[in-house]
Amino acid sequence: MAETAAAPKNVKFIITRQDEPQSSSYTEEFDLPYRPGMNVISALMEIQRNPVNAKGDNTVPVCWDSNCLEEVCGACSMVINGKPRQACAALIDNLEQPVRIEPMKTFPVVRDLVIDRTRMFNALKRVKAWIPIDGTYDLGPGPRMPEKKRQWAYELSKCMTCGVCLEACPNVNEKTNFIGPAALSQVRLFNAHPTGEMNADDRLDAVMEDGGIDGCGNSQNCVAACPKGIPLTTSIAEINKQSTKHMFKRWLGV
Amino acid sequence: MRGFYSRKIHSLLGVIPLGAFFLEHMLTNFAAVEGGASGFTDSVLFLNSLPLVFFLELFGIWLPLLYHGVYGLYIAYQSKPNLNRFNLERNWRYTLQRITGVVTFIFIVWHVFETRFQVTLGNVEHEELGGLMHNIVTQPLLLSFYVIGIVAASFHFANGLWSFLISWGITVGPRSQRVSSVICLGLFVVVTFMFLLSLVTFRDSEFQNTVALAQSLKNLI
Repeated sequence: MAETAAAPKNVKFIITRQDEPQSSSYTEEFDLPYRPGMNVISALMEIQRNPVNAKGDNTVPVCWDSNCLEEVCGACSMVINGKPRQACAALIDNLEQPVRIEPMKTFPVVRDLVIDRTRMFNALKRVKAWIPIDGTYDLGPGPRMPEKKRQWAYELSKCMTCGVCLEACPNVNEKTNFIGPAALSQVRLFNAHPTGEMNADDRLDAVMEDGGIDGCGNSQNCVAACPKGIPLTTSIAEINKQSTKHMFKRWLGV
Repeated sequence: MRGFYSRKIHSLLGVIPLGAFFLEHMLTNFAAVEGGASGFTDSVLFLNSLPLVFFLELFGIWLPLLYHGVYGLYIAYQSKPNLNRFNLERNWRYTLQRITGVVTFIFIVWHVFETRFQVTLGNVEHEELGGLMHNIVTQPLLLSFYVIGIVAASFHFANGLWSFLISWGITVGPRSQRVSSVICLGLFVVVTFMFLLSLVTFRDSEFQNTVALAQSLKNLI
């Protein structure tokens, strides 16, 4: 019975906070009671419920973004113990303590752990990561996709625009305008689709603009960091191949 | 669009002609190991007897080197290394590629000034280059500077070849990239070894024959 009477185990969190987009950041520590199966999101919820820091002072609850809580929406990306990843899939049992949580500073910080991933959605628009099928009349069914191709293309479609690959990339920073690995992989996805292929040249023209495919420096951190295991470096090399061919075709006018 | 082409040209020039010249330079130096001082002098004289040698140097070496070097410094400046977060083999190579690029740039500027530029100035004849090198590599400080420069340049060349194959879409899948990294790192070892072997050979006293001249040059520098 002695065990049950022992003090409950605590988990220490060191969270990088920022009150406003322009203000400077600071860290705040929290001691939270351990619960079996807890993850970073449930810890943040606990702080929200009882916003008291490690010193025992009342504080403002930590802000964060999250949605699906099953690693498919990409909203809760943050840097946990130095690694950009999804907070919902970060189980405390698997983390070194104290748990250090920071926002992904590659993106503009809105507040605390909330970041603005607008640049990723702009990149998807820029590279035309969609299949235009709307028209003034029924175009009928498109060509079929071979099953074998569908299988690897499905892997690329798992991208949730979470931003982890951009945070991991040493070439995505304030000195470059590189759009990052995610959008390049989507170009491969939509260029592989039998209907999307009809607009492949438009997408290749887009990735050959400034900040496009030439921004990759082959550090290959993206593929190591991607929470969905998307073969990002294969996608980038494939887009390198397609854009190189496209460049020669444009020169030769074929 | 400008970025795409300037980066593509940077990548291409690194292999053709600069990579090709780098290997040629390695072979010329190796003539010192195979044929001694006279073998090396013959190699140097053969190279300089090529037709239109000025234009070969201008378009095959000087201009590509200038472009690749200056644009490369800009690429190195643009990167934000994160080895502390991603302590991975390929991230190490990414970072080393930029570091060795800068080191090689500094080394080449110094090396060209010390050798080829002195020929231009008329301070040294082609036949005396072996003696000049002998004089350089018998000084411990300069020898270590040359060793660092050689290792950096060889790594930059071999690893650059690996990323060239990706940037031009030749190695696409992970398997081909793994195979090419083994080949390129093997190339790094071989090239480094051959250059270092030549460098050590220059320490041999048979290269000393023109030392007197080189000595006067050294005082001049």
